[in-house]
Amino acid sequence: MGVLSLIIKREFIAKVRNKSFIVMTFLSPLLIVGMSFLIGYLANMNKGEITKIAIHDEAGILKSDFKNDKETQYVDLSAMPLKLAKDTAAKNYEGLIYVPKVSNTEELSTKVEYISDDSPSMESIMSMEKVIDNKLTHENLKKLGFDAAKIDAAKVDSDIHLSKFSGEDSLKGLNEIKVGIGGAFGYLIMMFIIIYGNMVMRSVIEEKTNRIIEIIISSVKPFQLMLGKIMGTSLAGILQFAIWAILGGVLMFGISSFFGVQPGASSTVSPEMMEMAQKEMGTVQTYIRELWNLPIGTLTVAFIIYFIGGYFLYSSLYAAIGAAVDSETDSQQFLFPIIMPLMLGVYVGFFTVINDPHGTVATVFSMIPLTSPIVMLMRIPFGVPVWQLILSIVILFATFITVVWFASKIYRVGILMYGKKPTWKELYKWLKY
Amino acid sequence: MSNILEVKNVVKQYGDYTALNSVSLQVPKGSIYGLLGPNGAGKTSLIRIINQITMPDSGEVILDGEKLAPNHVSVIGYMPEERGLYKTMKVGEQALYLAQLKGMSKADAQKQLKYWFEKFEIEAWWNKKIQELSKGMAQKIQFIVTILHQPKLLILDEPFSGFDPVNANLIKDEIIELNKKGTSIIFSTHRMESVEEMCDYIALIHKSNKLIEGKLEDVKRQYRTHKFQVGIVSNNVEGLMYDLTQKFTVGQTNFKSLNDDLKLEIDLGGATQNELLSILTRNGQVTHFTETIPSVNDIFIQTVTNKK
Repeated sequence: MGVLSLIIKREFIAKVRNKSFIVMTFLSPLLIVGMSFLIGYLANMNKGEITKIAIHDEAGILKSDFKNDKETQYVDLSAMPLKLAKDTAAKNYEGLIYVPKVSNTEELSTKVEYISDDSPSMESIMSMEKVIDNKLTHENLKKLGFDAAKIDAAKVDSDIHLSKFSGEDSLKGLNEIKVGIGGAFGYLIMMFIIIYGNMVMRSVIEEKTNRIIEIIISSVKPFQLMLGKIMGTSLAGILQFAIWAILGGVLMFGISSFFGVQPGASSTVSPEMMEMAQKEMGTVQTYIRELWNLPIGTLTVAFIIYFIGGYFLYSSLYAAIGAAVDSETDSQQFLFPIIMPLMLGVYVGFFTVINDPHGTVATVFSMIPLTSPIVMLMRIPFGVPVWQLILSIVILFATFITVVWFASKIYRVGILMYGKKPTWKELYKWLKY
Repeated sequence: MSNILEVKNVVKQYGDYTALNSVSLQVPKGSIYGLLGPNGAGKTSLIRIINQITMPDSGEVILDGEKLAPNHVSVIGYMPEERGLYKTMKVGEQALYLAQLKGMSKADAQKQLKYWFEKFEIEAWWNKKIQELSKGMAQKIQFIVTILHQPKLLILDEPFSGFDPVNANLIKDEIIELNKKGTSIIFSTHRMESVEEMCDYIALIHKSNKLIEGKLEDVKRQYRTHKFQVGIVSNNVEGLMYDLTQKFTVGQTNFKSLNDDLKLEIDLGGATQNELLSILTRNGQVTHFTETIPSVNDIFIQTVTNKK
């Protein structure tokens, strides 16, 4: 058996046998599935509650306009004196809407008060304001001699229909879905790099602190050891991800069918929703067709390529850092510059790609090798020109080879240095040894 | 006798610092070769080059007649000064892994391991993790994995540091036995007693330069001071001293003796031993007569301090 495969095998077995690895592998899906159900459950619980709000309308104009709905119930306390209404509301209700007596209804636009010890949500304030706006606008129209009912009837709610030049229907919100899919892949790469890059680093530090490193590299080349370590760790990582995917899927399916709830969904399917769903059936079909129209092949191939390029690029940096330091606590200073571009990639991806997937910022970041594995994957669902894809991959792999070469130099020197934390300057000097 | 290892004009620089300044060595086949030098002299740098952990900037290394090449790792056994094992890996698996990295087949490694585990009576440790073993136990494993692949050349960097006396002795005996079976051994140390006891060749490296190299007796001969320790029982001490001081430089000394004798250290100067002996025998009964042989320690300290 070749030396490299021996190292890969050892690293893989060492990782997989590790207790924390086993615990993480089997506990994480349980935790994640459990969490998502908990969130779904809590959201549902909140939905069932009815907020009761009192109204004291001295003007007698607005009280009939606040209409009860599923979540809010309005109680008219206008008959009580204000003082008593306040006391009652403070004790029994969420808050009190106070409409003072005014000579001119226009004044009401600024005079209505909402009294409550809880600070109300933006959403509820806006809906209250909307009621008042509506009412006062109607009053104004009436004064000006218009027939409010006719105006209401004349109002139009437009809905732009999206389609492609090929004649197919297109959909709103598709950008979000596309970014979501690309983002999921990009995010997966980032998570993988952070988790398993760290693992590579720890394993290098372990060999240093155990003092076995010199024995190993008297038998094999440091580069072989580094490469074997990175590959063995990634295999363990892929195994872990695969187990997570399978276990998570099985758990999701099992629990959903058992309880008949959807994780994270707002509520169980009500009859109205069913009705709506039927109406929307056509739309859903369009969505599904759009999803199938996504460049799934390109996306999968690109994911594998960017995954390999990105992971090796970063994990060789992690290995170099592990070699340079004596303990994990010393590594923080050097880790920061690694995490930075990863974070940047994710943020740039989510904020710029969604607005303008082919804009300058998104294009540039999908070329920079430190961010391209994340940003480019987010762009691919929008259709990226082939030349850009090739250029980005070429840059990534050129950088990957250079960085691995540099990292292996630092690694080679670093693993034999004990007892002190090097400075950036020293790391630079090591490159020339 | 041919050489197992020849180092020719090896230069190694780290940035501006010169770790080895054109160092040449010749290690004869079948010898126990002591590589001496104070801390930071360049011993470890040289050993790492021989093990191909680092490459020399210039110069070359010849191993058993061939220019050093990657496949030579299988004929060299190396126990570095900074040594250890994977703490969470099982003893047996670890030993197999390290042996396979050295190019042994799995079956071969298993056979050899069985032999050594039986020899040291440690079969029960096979499935234990290193962290479950005591330090002394781990040291035995460390030694076994170093020699398991039956290297032609064994390089031990400070082999006894960190070993307890019992283990140190055990290892020493094994080293001597391996040497008798034909293994050449390079021994890097600054512990002079073990050198005196075991080595037949030495080289002294100081401040990146080789200062001395040769057979142990030859080096000692080179550093002989022509001083003799003399024990004599004499009735005529004054006469004796007079005769002696005419020709030689005489000092007091001390050594173990059962006689109530005068203990002197005499520098021959340019004279011969017989001239000294004739003066002595004329003046009394000689009970002790030995040349003062410089110890490796003396040579070491003398050379190193002279070069400062």
